[in-house]
Amino acid sequence: MTRWLSAPMLTIEHLTMRFGGLTAVNDVSFSVGRGDITALIGPNGAGKTTLFNCITGFYKPAQGRLALAREGVARTQDVEALTLSGRRHRDGLYLLERMPDFEIARDAHVARTFQNIRLFSGMTLLENLVVAQHNMLMRASGLSLLGLVGWPRFRDAEKAAVEKAGFWLDKIGLMDRADDPAGALPYGAQRRLEIARAMCTDPVLLCLDEPAAGLNPRESAELNDLLLSIRAELGTSVLLIEHDMSVVMKISDHVVVLDYGKLIADGTPDEIRHDPRVIAAYLGVEDTEEAAQVLA
Amino acid sequence: MSPSMSITRALREAGFAGLVAAGLAFPILTLGTEMDQSNRLVLEQRWSWMAIAAGLVFVGRFLVLAFARKPARAAPHTGARVLSPALAAALPRAGVIALFLFPMVMLFWLGPQGSLKWINNYGVQILIYVMLGWGLNIVVGLAGLLDLGYVAFYAVGAYTYALLSTHFGLSFWICLPLAGLMAASWGAMLGFPVLRLRGDYLAIVTLAFGEIVSAVLTNWSDFSNGKAGIMSIPRITFFGLPFNANENGFAATFGLEFQAIHRTIFLFYLILALALITHVVTLRLRALPVGRAWEALREDEIACRSLGINTVNTKLTAFALGAMFAGFAGSFFAVRQGFVNPDSFTFMESATILAIVVLGGMGSQLGVALAAVVMVGGTEVLRELTFLKQIFGSSFDPSLYRMLLFGLAMVVMMIWRPRGLISSRAPSVFLAQKKSVSGTHVQEGHG
Repeated sequence: MTRWLSAPMLTIEHLTMRFGGLTAVNDVSFSVGRGDITALIGPNGAGKTTLFNCITGFYKPAQGRLALAREGVARTQDVEALTLSGRRHRDGLYLLERMPDFEIARDAHVARTFQNIRLFSGMTLLENLVVAQHNMLMRASGLSLLGLVGWPRFRDAEKAAVEKAGFWLDKIGLMDRADDPAGALPYGAQRRLEIARAMCTDPVLLCLDEPAAGLNPRESAELNDLLLSIRAELGTSVLLIEHDMSVVMKISDHVVVLDYGKLIADGTPDEIRHDPRVIAAYLGVEDTEEAAQVLA
Repeated sequence: MSPSMSITRALREAGFAGLVAAGLAFPILTLGTEMDQSNRLVLEQRWSWMAIAAGLVFVGRFLVLAFARKPARAAPHTGARVLSPALAAALPRAGVIALFLFPMVMLFWLGPQGSLKWINNYGVQILIYVMLGWGLNIVVGLAGLLDLGYVAFYAVGAYTYALLSTHFGLSFWICLPLAGLMAASWGAMLGFPVLRLRGDYLAIVTLAFGEIVSAVLTNWSDFSNGKAGIMSIPRITFFGLPFNANENGFAATFGLEFQAIHRTIFLFYLILALALITHVVTLRLRALPVGRAWEALREDEIACRSLGINTVNTKLTAFALGAMFAGFAGSFFAVRQGFVNPDSFTFMESATILAIVVLGGMGSQLGVALAAVVMVGGTEVLRELTFLKQIFGSSFDPSLYRMLLFGLAMVVMMIWRPRGLISSRAPSVFLAQKKSVSGTHVQEGHG
């Protein structure tokens, strides 16, 4: 059995999101396996980013349940019990649809990037990565009050934060630009920095909205390596929206396909590649042979 | 691109500018009302004024077009420096030392009578605005929240001291922290419901709050004594020793001859200390998580939320802290004047403080201080220009042209340095080398 069915870390059940009369996401259910790289694909306007915004709390879904286990497996009976209890979370299990966006990032440890890069462009690369460790530093500095008087524990925490930022700068190959403003970076480097910033929040699930958009083939290959090494070294599960099939097919373990807000396929890359519904919907053409070529 | 246009084209464009000037001057300059002997208003026509205005614009525009070099359009001066880095680094320290010596130097130079004006009108007055500018800088410059009603917190501070001291006889030194606390809690109280708003909406609500506070102070006479204000507020004491000629006064205790200037000098050092506290706290907070979160909030609020930063709390702390410093400044204002009424807390004050922050360069402590010196010092200098009376007649009052000059300064700044005097930003943490960030990358905030 596949990992997303046997050991799901995130279960999405009957998720529906409406904007006025438009149903952007319609009764979508799937699971994300721990340690998997899950790709969410579909034509433009299929509801992928809306689904992301529901998972990360930027939208409140109209219906549905989003259960995330920080460790282990999101078991059905635990999720049911938590739902009935009326609480937001218990024992490392979180019901994301009940939580505001910043709590999802802070407590459930779901981090995300954006389709249109959202860096703190007037702050340096290092500052961007240190800001991402805000909650850890807030705790260490006694909500900044003890930090005001030079509390030693805060200094240690700050040192650790800078070290961690250095680790990620090294990993994305931007160490020499640590003290430059993020806005001065070229596009591809900004994409990598945004991923590093998200990783500095210690996520268990990293949600990437079109990370390869606008990258050249070499940068795209580097991105693949970065994502694979994040998964291998830190065990972070990755959920990504992607149009670039070379990225999707090469690195993902699990592919979920949306079209017009509905889930039309859910399986391994191989299964998806040969699914006639995906071929038809994704390319909007009848010529399955041509479509199969593109998906391959 | 040639450095100058052809003469005919310049003449044509200058003629057009002259026509526009004539059109604008007609209602403003040409038509005027005068009171005649029987106190009736009569319409006066001053066609020569219009001709002079149009002629000046024509000649000026022609000279600029025909002979001035065209600036390169491609590169706006947003990243350029006004000060060299070495000077910018040395200026704050030199400034603080100069400020500490200022009253003493003035006293020895001009004597107790002559120095009073300098220490009071220039020193104390400018420092109040430096402190208010620094306080508002937390809200506007760092957190990027446009606050048009900052003077409300200044008023809360002033009335806190005025009311507590006149009704309950509390001393200034007890009221000072209370005024800060009071203003901070009003800041939080206002902040809590409105900080969900963003951009223009937040600006309008803060503007309304400023007006509400001023309206309440004007109309709730039982509480604030209305327009008449609160008089005979107890004056400052030297930690309990009054500045008077009595034998238990400050002068007698220290074996000095009694002089009114002692109090002014003490007030100067007090506001200097308060302003420096504001500055040091702001500097330290910038390097702490909450300060970095303010700046991140200014840069991108949605990204902040995606990183787990509680943006409502972050905005609230900025709002409350900014308000607290305004509260301190307000209680200082009350103890200095000995009298408060709502006229001191109009929207004009908010606008002046905001102008100081914007002119100085949002977020820059040095820029804000320089802008306060220029704006407030400039107003005082205008009062000094009495020789202009000899040119324009005795009814000419140069300080009436304050607003005109403000407006002009704003327009010039917008063209020359749209991001304020000092637009670069110093990073709060660095790995290898501290490089200042050019203003072109820094966002201005939208919440």
